[in-house]
Amino acid sequence: MNETYSAFAGFAQTWGLIYFMIMFGIVLAYALWPKNRKKFDDAAQIPFRED
Amino acid sequence: MSAWNKHQIFEKNSFVLLVGILVAVAIGGLVEIAPLFYLKSTIEKTEGMRPYTPLELAGRDIYVREGCYLCHSQMVRPMRDEIERYGHFSLAAESMYDRPFQWGSKRTGPDLARVGGKYSDDWHVEHLVNPRSLVPASIMPGYPFLAENRLETRDIKAHLEVNSIYGVPYTEAQIESAASDVLGQAMPDSDAAYEFEERWPTALIRDFDGNPKEVTEMDALVAYLQVLGTMVDFSIYDDAANAR
Amino acid sequence: MNQRGSPGDVRMVVPSLAPCMESNNWGAEMAHKKTGLVSLEEGGFAIFLVLLAFACIIVAGKTFDQVMAFHAGIGALFAAVSVFLIFKNFFDDGGQPIPAEIDGKPNYNLGPIKFGAIAAMFWGLAGFTVGLVIALQLAWPALNFDLPWTNFGRLRPLHTSAVIFAFGGNVLLATSMYVVQRTCRVRMPGKILPWFVMLGYNAFIVIAGTGYLLGATQGKEYAEPEWYADLWLTIVWVFYLFLFLGTLWKRKEPHIYVANWFYLAFIVTIAMLHVTNNLTIPVSIYSTKSYIVWSGVQDAMVQWWYGHNAVGFFLTAGFLAIMYYFIPKQADRPVYSYRLSIVHFWALIFIYIWAGPHHLHYTALPQWASTLGATFSIILWMPSWGGMINGLMTLSGAWDKLRTDPVLRMMVVSVAFYGMSTFEGPLMSLRSVNSLSHYTDWTIGHVHSGALGWVGYISFGAIYCLVPWLWNKKGLYSLKLVNWHFWLSTLGIVLYITAMWVSGIMQGLMWRAYDSLGFLEYSFVETVEAMHPFYIIRALGGALFVVGALIMAYNLWMTVRHGEAEEADTTPAGSLAPAE
Repeated sequence: MNETYSAFAGFAQTWGLIYFMIMFGIVLAYALWPKNRKKFDDAAQIPFRED
Repeated sequence: MSAWNKHQIFEKNSFVLLVGILVAVAIGGLVEIAPLFYLKSTIEKTEGMRPYTPLELAGRDIYVREGCYLCHSQMVRPMRDEIERYGHFSLAAESMYDRPFQWGSKRTGPDLARVGGKYSDDWHVEHLVNPRSLVPASIMPGYPFLAENRLETRDIKAHLEVNSIYGVPYTEAQIESAASDVLGQAMPDSDAAYEFEERWPTALIRDFDGNPKEVTEMDALVAYLQVLGTMVDFSIYDDAANAR
Repeated sequence: MNQRGSPGDVRMVVPSLAPCMESNNWGAEMAHKKTGLVSLEEGGFAIFLVLLAFACIIVAGKTFDQVMAFHAGIGALFAAVSVFLIFKNFFDDGGQPIPAEIDGKPNYNLGPIKFGAIAAMFWGLAGFTVGLVIALQLAWPALNFDLPWTNFGRLRPLHTSAVIFAFGGNVLLATSMYVVQRTCRVRMPGKILPWFVMLGYNAFIVIAGTGYLLGATQGKEYAEPEWYADLWLTIVWVFYLFLFLGTLWKRKEPHIYVANWFYLAFIVTIAMLHVTNNLTIPVSIYSTKSYIVWSGVQDAMVQWWYGHNAVGFFLTAGFLAIMYYFIPKQADRPVYSYRLSIVHFWALIFIYIWAGPHHLHYTALPQWASTLGATFSIILWMPSWGGMINGLMTLSGAWDKLRTDPVLRMMVVSVAFYGMSTFEGPLMSLRSVNSLSHYTDWTIGHVHSGALGWVGYISFGAIYCLVPWLWNKKGLYSLKLVNWHFWLSTLGIVLYITAMWVSGIMQGLMWRAYDSLGFLEYSFVETVEAMHPFYIIRALGGALFVVGALIMAYNLWMTVRHGEAEEADTTPAGSLAPAE
């Protein structure tokens, strides 16, 4: 029983952590990518476009 | 018109967003829930757990119906004060036949996980009818109507059948005789009681509500309360072997 | 882009009606009523509802379960009335499609949104009042009247469901329909579909709420509705998802505004949670009773995975969407950082889903699961506060508006409450703190700082914004009354949460107190007695909150009835008449 637990814990503490880091990195890169800046600045104005 | 009919059903951005959300939210649940079904340590090895009798199951359904779980927990935590106040801490095995689980999240009233056998049937009946006659400072509502409502048993067999679909180990005889077993457990002097005892050797047979004329919702609820936390034999339960 | 039709534009011929020419000239066609065509959408819904009505009648006739008979009767009635309304509407407007644009401007569909705003106010008042009643019951138990349908155990689910699902749900439905149309600059698809979603959802609430009073409940917190109500909600929710996605697909704005991300996450995740947590087999289709597929420890895990994420995705993600649209709109400045909002979104939904098991510390759930939940609860602090900062900083450079605009003030204070309860939450998820706080009123206080402060205030703010916009008024009837609402309910919230902090911590400490001889110092009922004064203070706080909401309802009523009309001709013609 304890072996199953430590196997799970070991997996979570290594691959799980790496997985989360990568996901966070992707999101951060997408949000901060210089090329996207104009797009996002423009998107922030969407609520004010009246018609 | 044609633009959206043709290709925008899979419009790229919204589709990516949708799939992204699904992936993000599905993983957490899978990792936390799925192992509970596969790790052997989830449910302890115990002696004495049995499914609820038809009367106890009906009582449990009344417990659920009246929302008792909103003020009473059924989960003794492994802390000194709780063990002294309520008894041995609750095991996962003790709620293995509980659909739904009734661990609760609030103790406006005391924990009921081990209330079985602590008070007499008369005490429970009187307390449910008028809580403040026994506990003057109690803030529990009274449930006098339970003693007046005849217990509905027309579809009790179907209740057992649904549970047995899920793997609750009811025998065929127990399912077939569900309606007569309700009477048998609550009417000790009847023939049905004799047969009930054969099918359910470890269950209590008493006139729980003190009204011999009929089986009421009070009979069912008190039968359920009196079995709570009494099934597992803790004299032979090995805490160390099941430590998690 | 050329004008796109709605999915309901595929039309089928109803032979019994006199055939008539199709015409593209909408205005001229209005003169001739009855085109003889029922759209696939109208026909489909009508057939579905007719079948539903028949099924309900059969169930009502065959069951011996009185609650089921009552609910099947309501179902048959609602379905029949809906079919009647579909055809009445068809003959009134001649079955003409409603133009998606008028003079090149989107012809927004506001009818269902108006209904949602009114329903939210109605259910809000009902839910707050029931909350006050059960608070008083805890102080004076005689108020239970010892009747089945008035006891605390049946009224508490009515309170929680009324405020979360009826009030909150209608706010989310109404604002999401408004925001998604506005930010996509397009009319939402369908003629019947939006009404089906809005009315179908409210029908679910009626069934669920009356069910609690009559004793039909699954006994799972925040998921009390029985199997048939759950099934109906699932159908409505799938249509809601398609309505929302359909609007996104039609959009004229290339980028999907971030508020819509939060709404979409709310819709998709709630669907997943709802279905998983409510997998049941009914005793029979004639019975209200069902048994859940999960049992014991697995049911506990699934339930709190659902329960906590109902907080995360219903009460947080959905209302963050409101924050990201209504605060910039009311402050008249774009969100502080759009990039931060993207990180906020993904981090929040990614982390929130793991936090559930912290509700099960020290229980029979294996410890690895509850520890995992607590770990993510701590991490969750960061995205929560990132979002809070983003909301608050939107006001940077315009803080003076807080002095003059009570609606904006309400929304900003709500974000502050969000920050406070998302700080308290992770704290309470720590094992050592939880050992004291669990099972006590501290939890109730925490929930209400989030529910009254965050969800309540952001919803009030959104409704205060929406009503003048929807009914074409220059502004609210009275800002002074908004001020009164704000201060009364703020005082109410403060009384509520401080009373619960004190009583919760006190009760937790009394439970574990030992005397000098090593015995438990207090019997359980002594701890109950000690709660009495705090239960009275809590009820007083709740009463102030109810009074505030009554003032709001009056203010909105006067705005709609007597408010000064906006002179610009932005009236969206041709929208379906709201059911007023």
